[in-house]
Formats: sequence, C-alpha cells, structure tokens
Amino acid sequence: MTAMGAEVDKVFKALAAPERRLLLDRLRADNGQTLGQLCQHMDMTRQAVTKHLKVLEEATLVATIWRGREKLHYLNPMPIHEIAERWIDKYERRRLRALAELKAKLEGKNNG
Amino acid sequence: MAESQFVYVTYIRTTPEKLWRALIEPEFTRRFWMGTTQESEWKPGASWRIVTPDGRTADSGQVVEIDPFRKLVLTWQHQLHPEARAEGYSRLTYTLEEKGDSVKLTVLHEMDKSDSKLIKAISGGWPMILASLKSLLETGEALSATRRWPEGM
Repeated sequence: MTAMGAEVDKVFKALAAPERRLLLDRLRADNGQTLGQLCQHMDMTRQAVTKHLKVLEEATLVATIWRGREKLHYLNPMPIHEIAERWIDKYERRRLRALAELKAKLEGKNNG
Repeated sequence: MAESQFVYVTYIRTTPEKLWRALIEPEFTRRFWMGTTQESEWKPGASWRIVTPDGRTADSGQVVEIDPFRKLVLTWQHQLHPEARAEGYSRLTYTLEEKGDSVKLTVLHEMDKSDSKLIKAISGGWPMILASLKSLLETGEALSATRRWPEGM
C-alpha cells in the first residue's frame, strides 16, 4: 500500500508543474518524439526539458522506446487512468451508499 | 516509420510467466478482456485471432516474433468494423521486463498510417483492459467493466 502511495505521489508531483503538463500536451498532439523535437518551440533549455522528462518518466507518465539510435518519448495514459478509476469508483460507491440511506429513510425503514 | 502509435506501460506485481499466460490463455483473457479468447499456435508465422464470446473474430493477424515470457509481436487487423478493417494491419508489441517484485509491461500499438481509426478506437480500450489485467493478477479479480463483451458490439 505504501509503495502504491509513493507511485501516486510521483504522478501528482510530476503533474504539478505546468512545464511538464505542456510536455505531455506536446506528446498527446504528436506521440513518439525525440528530445530534440520536444525542445523545438519551447521556452526552456535542453537541460530543463531533460530534467522534466526524467520526472515524467519516473512517474511512468512518459514511456520511452529506442528506435535504432533514437530515444522516442510517448505519453503513457496508464497512471492517469488508474487514478481516475480509483476515485471515480470510490465516489460512485459513496454516492450509492448515500442514496441507499436516503431511500431507507424516506421509506421509513431502519437501515441498520 | 509508423504514423499512429500508442504506448502503454504498466507495472504489475506478478512474474513474467504468469503475465505471459494471462495475455494469451483463454482462462485468463476471458476474465479481463471482455469475455474474449485468443486462438493461435503461438509460433512465428502462425495465425492468431481474438474470438468474441459469440464466436465472431474481432481481430486477427499473425505472430511475427515470439520470445516466451519476454516479447510477443503480432500483426493486427480489426475485423468487426469495416472502416477499421479497411486500414489493414497494425503491429502490436508486448514487452515484459522483470523489475524487482513486478513486471514492467509495455504495449506498443502502431500503424503506418496517420490518424488511424483502428488505433484511435483501440487507444480508448487498452488502458481499461490493462488496468483490469493488473487488477486480476494482483487481486485475483478483474475490473467489472471488462468482464463481459459489451452488448450490441
């Protein structure tokens, strides 16, 4: 559970910087870019982009694949999907429970 | 180079052997892949297909490369929707890497065609299927949304 918490922390920390969200937007528009491509039209130094990509990679928000000598960067939607699933499920369950309680109250039953 | 590409990476607390079996064996795929099964002899050049619970072929292709517990490359053509079918073959690569007590699963789906409808349609499905696969292997239960073939599909 702690290990899983640490993974989620990494995802939220990675998403907390606008520069990194911008990089994810770039990959969403054009998946599978090299570092050089990602640096184009960017108000950041190559070093800064490299650093941000490393954070994104550690959070598995970005996946890399080698093609010959080129390292290509891809947006990995899995962590965001898992987060959505986790909380959407939870909220649904709570809402359903609240509705069940309301129904029991309105119908005058003891919901125990 | 391929024009439409999607990559999914997920870490699953399991062994490469179990993950490999879960990806291709009917008793597993049925549970997390919407009731479907896969048929193949699982050797290079063999044909391969995904069968819906009512016996239709949803996707098919050939085994390009197979390195048990490590790598599987398939050609992949969708069969149910004519528009996606007309796009021909895409290429799917599963890569399994052991990392500590987990396995890093990388799914690369690519097609030499920009704006591929197949890849786009599937890109919505993969995260759900893979999240369900992870849940099945880690908790013994698949996610409810992926246990059955969607009605009317």
